[in-house]
Amino acid sequence: MQTIICQPATTPALFTAEGVVGVIFLVTIAMVVIGGLIAVHAQRLVRAVAGLALCFTGLAGVYYFLLSPIVAMMQLLIYVGAVSVLIVLGIMLASPEEAAPVDEKPTTDIKHRSVLAGPLAASIAGLLFASLAILGLKTQWQVFPREGEGDIHAVGITLLTTHGMVFELISIVLVMAIIGALVLAQRGRN
Amino acid sequence: MQLLNLYNCLPAYMLISALLFSFGVYGLIIRRTVIGMLISAELILAAAATNFMAFNRFLAPDPTIGQVFALFIMAIAAAEAAIAISIMIAVYRNYKSIDTDDLVDLQR
Repeated sequence: MQTIICQPATTPALFTAEGVVGVIFLVTIAMVVIGGLIAVHAQRLVRAVAGLALCFTGLAGVYYFLLSPIVAMMQLLIYVGAVSVLIVLGIMLASPEEAAPVDEKPTTDIKHRSVLAGPLAASIAGLLFASLAILGLKTQWQVFPREGEGDIHAVGITLLTTHGMVFELISIVLVMAIIGALVLAQRGRN
Repeated sequence: MQLLNLYNCLPAYMLISALLFSFGVYGLIIRRTVIGMLISAELILAAAATNFMAFNRFLAPDPTIGQVFALFIMAIAAAEAAIAISIMIAVYRNYKSIDTDDLVDLQR
C-alpha cells in the first residue's frame, strides 16, 4: 500500500485563487530547476552565480509555499543578498578569466577537462537523483498529529528557548568565521 | 495528486530537493575552479534545507523545529562561503590561479 501525502488533497480548478497559486508554484519550481542548471553548467563563473541567485530566489518561493515566510525572507536576505554578492566579489578579486588577453580565448571553467568527466558526473548525479526520488516516493511516511502553529511567533520562541544554546553557538561560529576570514585574507598578503 | 495541487504534496518538495542535490554533486565533479565547486556546495546545502522544511511542513509534530534547523543551515552556509572566499583569495595571491589543476603541490 502506498499513500502520497497531500494536505489538503483536493485539486483546485485553474481559474480560482488556489489554481493561480498552483501555477505560481510551478513557476517557482521552474526557477529552481533552470537556475540550478545554469549554476552548474554555465561556462563563465559570473553567469553561474547569476543562475545560483535565480535558483535561490525560486527556493525562497518554495519555502513560502511550505508555510514559512520567515525562512523565505531569510533565504532572500542571506543567500540572494549576501552569499551571491560575496561569491561575485570573490570572482572579481581572484578569477583571472575576465582579464585574459584578447588574442587568446578567455579561460572558462568547464573547458579542457577529461573526456570521461562529463558522462561520469552525469551518470553519478542521475543515479543519485533516481535513488533519492525512489526513496522519497516509496517510503511509507508516518504523519504525526500537529502540536502548535509553526508561525513566526512560535519560531521565535523555539529559537530562543529550546534551541537557545545552539543559537548562541551559531553566533560564536559566525564570529570565528569573520575573524578567520580576516586573518586568512591578510596572511596571504606578501 | 494533480498538477495544480502540487504545492500541497510532499513528493514534489522531495523531488525538488533530490534534483538540487544531484545538481550539486554533478557540479562538484565537473567544475574546475574552486569557486565553481563552492557554488555547487551551496546547492547541496540548499537541498538539505529544503528537505528539512518539507518534512517540517508535512510530517513533524512540532512545526517549528525544521524552520529553526533551516535557519541554522543558512548561517553555517554563510560562514562557510566567507571562509572559502578568503581561502581562495589567499591561494590566488600565492599561485595566481584558482584552477584546481594548479594547486597540486602535494602530489609532486
